[in-house]
Amino acid sequence: MVGNLKPGSKLYEWFNDRLGLDELVAFAQHKTVPVHKHSAWYYWGGISLFCFLVQLFTGVLLLIYYRPGPDAHESVRQITYDIHFGWLIRSVHNWSANGFLLSVFVHMFSVYFMKSYQKPREFGWWSGMALLMLGLLFGFSGYLLPMDDLAFFATKVGLEIPNSVPVVGPTIASLFRGGSEVGEQTVQRFFALHAVVLPLLYLPLLFVHLWLVQKHGMSLPPSEQEKPVAKLKTIPFFPNFLLKDLAMWLIAMNVIALMASLFPWQMGKAADPLAPAPPGIHPEWYFMSPFQLLKIMGNLMPGALGEGVGMGVFTLGLALWCLIPLYDTKSAGGKRARNATYFGLLALGLYIGTTIWGYVGL
Amino acid sequence: MSVELPMNPAESEDENDEKGLTRGSFVKVAIGGMCVGYAGIIGYPIYRYLNSPVEKSAAMAAVSEVALKDADKLPLGTAMMFRFGPHPSMLIHHKDGSWVALDAVCTHLACTVQYHPEEDAIVCACHGGRYDSKTGENVSGPPPKPLTKFVAKVSPGSVVVTRA
Repeated sequence: MVGNLKPGSKLYEWFNDRLGLDELVAFAQHKTVPVHKHSAWYYWGGISLFCFLVQLFTGVLLLIYYRPGPDAHESVRQITYDIHFGWLIRSVHNWSANGFLLSVFVHMFSVYFMKSYQKPREFGWWSGMALLMLGLLFGFSGYLLPMDDLAFFATKVGLEIPNSVPVVGPTIASLFRGGSEVGEQTVQRFFALHAVVLPLLYLPLLFVHLWLVQKHGMSLPPSEQEKPVAKLKTIPFFPNFLLKDLAMWLIAMNVIALMASLFPWQMGKAADPLAPAPPGIHPEWYFMSPFQLLKIMGNLMPGALGEGVGMGVFTLGLALWCLIPLYDTKSAGGKRARNATYFGLLALGLYIGTTIWGYVGL
Repeated sequence: MSVELPMNPAESEDENDEKGLTRGSFVKVAIGGMCVGYAGIIGYPIYRYLNSPVEKSAAMAAVSEVALKDADKLPLGTAMMFRFGPHPSMLIHHKDGSWVALDAVCTHLACTVQYHPEEDAIVCACHGGRYDSKTGENVSGPPPKPLTKFVAKVSPGSVVVTRA
């Protein structure tokens, strides 16, 4: 059947006249992927895309049984324990969410250190940063949905961040909460955010991001840019690199399946607003760094000052991170380029360091 | 590591004819088999996941007996609805004192039927199907089959309905 779709066949021409397949093939063939010792980093965007697709798919499956509002905890309990393979779908959704954020972080840092944000790829960087923010919001809003004790306190703590913004903060936090306390209304809102609002924002942005990658092609790291053109090796994206990409997707799928079946995602007791926070409570790993930073600042400078300074440092760092394409422009071996690399190493070191510190201090 | 792709399928087909199983056709079959395997491994849990409530309702439908508490107090010439497993069903206490229990799903297009005491008939509002209120026989209108009749045993305090 597929064989009949070869260029030149009657069936191919029938589709080609109507859909312009030739243009699509030409568009796909125009792109090549450089082959060099850093090529392994080119896979991580694709892996995060795969995890995102798994999230869409398993998310829709969970939507079939999930009931937001007062029934939230009971419906997740049913999915986990009553529905056939519900535990597996839920576990895959959780593990793939972690895989998604992990690969997004690897993708971001590799783009940073290969200086792939430089002209003309600035909007690739900015759309990527926006996708990362939305990805973290996906994680935050999805975490509440089972409405168990951990989810409840994570959301209470998390909403203290908008709450600490001067003047408008408490209003914003209350709008997220749908009241003065985390409860049924919050679950309903977070569900709307998680399953409708965020996908609607994420998908068009993702298309822009992917279109920009296609438009500008793969970027070369500075070490490769210095080489003479004759020494650069490339392979076509379609089908050669795509097949390698698919092999990575297969590995990612197997890892997710293995993690989900060997370590199925657990579920805590139903959230009780009067129960104390469980001991050793901490956020998911991707929020551990800001959590620990606030803890350190709180110990150095007690009271609202510590929180303010912590938030301020974090916001400033994030702003500098986003603005890097404007600061580190074309100067491959220059002073700015080196400073940008040092800043990247500092950010990576701080992120990993505070994360480990956070886990050790539990 | 490099993956060699069969660049010219026609050529490998020729080899097929000469030597039987070639590396190219073996890889093709192996990859095809792997895809089918993955489709099964992914498809089966998803099918069972989606099918869960269907299985539950099938298990409910397998019940062979339902006890209706205090149904023996049903007045003469009236009917009550009850669930036999997941199915809407109907218990009629006729004016002559006899008891009849029937499946209440129209055999035409699955609307729920209604007992009309003044005509002593079972009527479907959707397309005007009519059934005999004693036997469940399809009397007129589009229904192709009679309503399934159950056995109703009346004892003080309850009516027990079982499959015939």
